[in-house]
Amino acid sequence: MAKKFSQEHEWIELEDGIATVGITDYAQQSLGDIVYVELPEIGKKLTKDGDAAVVESVKAASDVYAPLDGEIVEVNEELDANPALVNEAPETDGWFFKMSLTDESQLDELMDEAAYKDFVEGL
Amino acid sequence: MANHQTELLKTALYDLHVELGAKMVPFAGYDMPVQYPLGVKGEHLHTRAKAGLFDVSHMGQVRLTGENRVAELEKLVPGDIAILKPGRTRYSAFTQDDGTILDDLMITNAGDSLFLVINAACKDDDIVHMRANLGDGVALEEIDDRALMALQGPEAAKVLARFAPEVADLKFMSFAEIEIAGIACFVTRSGYTGEDGYEISVPNDRAEELARKLLAEDEVEAIGLGARDSLRLEAGLCLYGNDIDTTTTPVEGDLNWIINKRRREEGGFKGADVILDQLANGAERKRVGIKPEGKAPAREHTPILNSDGEEIGEITSGGFGPTVDGPIAMGYVAIEFSEPGTKVDLMVRGKARPAEVVELPFAPHRYFRG
Repeated sequence: MAKKFSQEHEWIELEDGIATVGITDYAQQSLGDIVYVELPEIGKKLTKDGDAAVVESVKAASDVYAPLDGEIVEVNEELDANPALVNEAPETDGWFFKMSLTDESQLDELMDEAAYKDFVEGL
Repeated sequence: MANHQTELLKTALYDLHVELGAKMVPFAGYDMPVQYPLGVKGEHLHTRAKAGLFDVSHMGQVRLTGENRVAELEKLVPGDIAILKPGRTRYSAFTQDDGTILDDLMITNAGDSLFLVINAACKDDDIVHMRANLGDGVALEEIDDRALMALQGPEAAKVLARFAPEVADLKFMSFAEIEIAGIACFVTRSGYTGEDGYEISVPNDRAEELARKLLAEDEVEAIGLGARDSLRLEAGLCLYGNDIDTTTTPVEGDLNWIINKRRREEGGFKGADVILDQLANGAERKRVGIKPEGKAPAREHTPILNSDGEEIGEITSGGFGPTVDGPIAMGYVAIEFSEPGTKVDLMVRGKARPAEVVELPFAPHRYFRG
């Protein structure tokens, strides 16, 4: 499935019923050098727009929100040793977590790549 | 220069910042560069490795003249200003009657006058305070026709000497009026990074010309407020408004060294009774360095707990130190927890995280003392 995007600058990719979530290239550029990522625990229940993770740059901490309802099934442990991966490869190797979805139809509320591009240009 | 408008002020280097691709943010009423395309971490590491150029023109520059200037200023600060020889600079603080700090500042004996550099966010209050308290025979002049820039880093001296060889001989916390590339500057060997370097006061109409000349040197990059903050935190230097303010005294702030010997004996500065009592009998809390054991930074206002989970203080500055390559912080703790090596917990996002009280600075000072 093609990537979907949230207004909070997360990307979501669904494969076999599991959504991989990360932050977009736009988000990592505005945050700057990322020095720490606090990932949720496996099994944590997420509510759409609720807190999911925290990403810290040299200067500030920013929340990463859950783009959908669901439950954490895996986190990217690479980010613990190498948080800069989020800057280097935000939309591939720098993914944050994988989640099972409560309601796949929530995906329809998210933007596709073209719509997200327009959204970012309007900021 | 009261600024009650919502419109941000611009320094003489504003157009240059924009041209260099800086991300501009509001800071103390000014539109200031927080970072350039190199990024906070890159700018920080570059300053520690070579040389960084900072625009600090938002800070206030003030000249005091008149015969009584030294004695009158000494009523407002705990430093020995009378002992300062011409061409010497001292770090000090304006204290209040309750012993707390109105602002920290640099005081230079410029020969025929005292030259002060005060914080941007405090300058209006400081000037009101000085005008109200400096007695007859002292004239205060706000210098608003000069920009202020800092060139900091291990190669700063080499770079600046190409334009003015005499800067090489200037020692840490010394001042001279020097022509740099033909521009009349006030130069102090000082800074806010822990590195060797200079703070340069330059006429507004020549500021961009000088900045461009310095930036054209291979060793020099433009550095924003983001890296300025991480550099000063690693150097263990206080940020007014965070680490010291109108709720903290110099003794609590671990700034006993700014209360010079004669002033300890004689007093005669605002809040002397409180401050000298704390010097003699100790304060109840103290500013210390805090090193989180894990990787999570602890930001300002993070509660500090003892091993029983009781709150014993608060982080006042915290973040990530690129040179240390890990999280670093400063904060206040109850005096019995202020010994380096004391284990504490930091409450970050509802979770207690282990940390240790440590000696400051996190990155060693590399000043040029001749």
